[in-house]
Amino acid sequence: MPRVLALVDCNNFYASCELVFAPKLEGHPIVVLSNNDGCIVARNSESKKLGIPLGAPWHKVKKTTRRHGVQAFSSNSALYGDMSARVMNILTSFTPTIEIYSIDEAFMDLTGAPVNSLTEYGRRICQTVHQGTGIPVSVGIASTKTLAKVANRIAKKNPETGGVLNLEKVKLHLDSLLTQISVGDIWGVGRRWSKKLHSAGITNGRELRDADTRWIRNQFNVVLERTVLELRGQPCIELEFAPPKKQTIMCSRSFGNRITHQDALREAVCNYTTIATAKMRKQKSCTQAVTVFIQTSLLNKKEPQYSNSCTVPLGKPCNDTGELIHHALGGLNSIYKPGFRYARAGVILLDLVPQDVEQGTLFPSTEEYASSPLMNTLDDINQKHGRGKLRFAAEGFAHKWQMKQNHKSPAYTTKWDELPKAGD
Amino acid sequence: MVNKRGHGGHRPGAGRPEGTGKFGEKTKPIRVPNSLLPQITEILDAHKAGSKKIFMMPQNAEIMLPDENAEHSGVPFFSNMVAAGFPSPADDHMDDRLDLNEYLVSHPAATFFVRVQGLSMINAGIQPDDILVVDRSMDPAHGKVIVAALDGDLTVKRISKQNGQITLMPENDDYDPIEITAEMSFIIWGVVTSVIHKV
Repeated sequence: MPRVLALVDCNNFYASCELVFAPKLEGHPIVVLSNNDGCIVARNSESKKLGIPLGAPWHKVKKTTRRHGVQAFSSNSALYGDMSARVMNILTSFTPTIEIYSIDEAFMDLTGAPVNSLTEYGRRICQTVHQGTGIPVSVGIASTKTLAKVANRIAKKNPETGGVLNLEKVKLHLDSLLTQISVGDIWGVGRRWSKKLHSAGITNGRELRDADTRWIRNQFNVVLERTVLELRGQPCIELEFAPPKKQTIMCSRSFGNRITHQDALREAVCNYTTIATAKMRKQKSCTQAVTVFIQTSLLNKKEPQYSNSCTVPLGKPCNDTGELIHHALGGLNSIYKPGFRYARAGVILLDLVPQDVEQGTLFPSTEEYASSPLMNTLDDINQKHGRGKLRFAAEGFAHKWQMKQNHKSPAYTTKWDELPKAGD
Repeated sequence: MVNKRGHGGHRPGAGRPEGTGKFGEKTKPIRVPNSLLPQITEILDAHKAGSKKIFMMPQNAEIMLPDENAEHSGVPFFSNMVAAGFPSPADDHMDDRLDLNEYLVSHPAATFFVRVQGLSMINAGIQPDDILVVDRSMDPAHGKVIVAALDGDLTVKRISKQNGQITLMPENDDYDPIEITAEMSFIIWGVVTSVIHKV
């Protein structure tokens, strides 16, 4: 049976989430900012029309966008995460074989559905998700993941498709459709490869599809060869149902205000270690080394610049917050220099290994045995009562370094005292 | 009871006389799941103390208890969706206990909670500060209580659809019905399925 895949992608996801709860702004330009109100990470179609570039630093475009009446939102990850779970939940009511590819995208296996009614089926997916969550989505249907991505892109760019395109139905035009797509916009082609392909005369999707696979494998690698085969309709990339475990986990933020004191840096580093370690325990891994880095602002060229990092290898794989905080602070101590205004710090847990194959040392101390139930209890309490309710004292309480979120919308779906309000 | 050689086994008159234990009657050992131990001990203690209350319940009555371990979250169904998520500590005790979410929420992915402001629906039992359970996936048929975005503001009203005319009906004589016209921006946001009112 020929394989049929659909890629469902939420339109302007972050902006759409905000609009569900702020219907007043429907039809007005809005943007969503990255952590710390750094730069623009999402726009609705109205602000796209104004030509506001994606990724623009907020402090640079603030004035002009204000003049156009653009409403800005700080990143509200609790809301986006909840809305994403709702969308994915509705998608699984259509087929259980779905790969959640990112917060706003999922591949669905529709193999076996009658080919002629696929477009209709795609429309029903759009309609059901939109009614249930208020989030508009586009659906691209094809025989491979890479082509489903292409179909989705075309569906999104052409309103006359109604947001749904079954590539099998437009096979006759496939050549011209692929010609219109720049090679850098094909799924799996990064910026570096795009450059190299361009210099070899391959500029669009059709030329990549028709390239010699052996040449591609020799000049690039087998991954790009797979992309070429997928463009030809040969499935090479399978759906992944369980996300692969991460090999490294990083927690890093820009500070709301510059930090000069080591105490505040220590607080931040402890905090990030705690977040990263909890994440690591959730995927049942242990780390073998912890990296700490600090840096001054790269934006302000006039200030004295300093950035440094330190990696602390661990004697044995570890998932204990207390122990990792100890090592992270040791690392921080060795790289901290007074006299600089620090803008960012981060903690990276490296070389993760599954916790159940963890090798013991020959002489484990008694504390090591005691720490795991403690960590479980810590995670349970914070899971139930909110992150940071129970914490190591070293994380501090003032948190003057915490990120700027001047335009944050309420946690409409995850906090009782922030629910949307309906009046007279 | 006595073996072939006449040694060991039962000796008449030995041991505690029947019915002289703490319950004053014959007893029997049974296996009990650890999780039920507290309840059963409680029943036994009550019985020992002479209370007959627990046995006066009608036959076949099921004892149902609210799930004190239930997850403490908005619409908690999603918490189990994450592949790497923690299994709920309550999972082992879910049987036969009542979950208000199950009673109030039929489509968790499409259900939102909305806080009431104002008095326009007071006669429908919808009071200020109540929480509306709003199902977006349901059909907003004539006569349903709905939440709508009217000129950008969320409002709760009963919807009337007659002869192609949509009217938002308040349930309070101090308020007038609102006829929806072409100039208004009007989006039906969801259908109200329950009202949660704290007394």
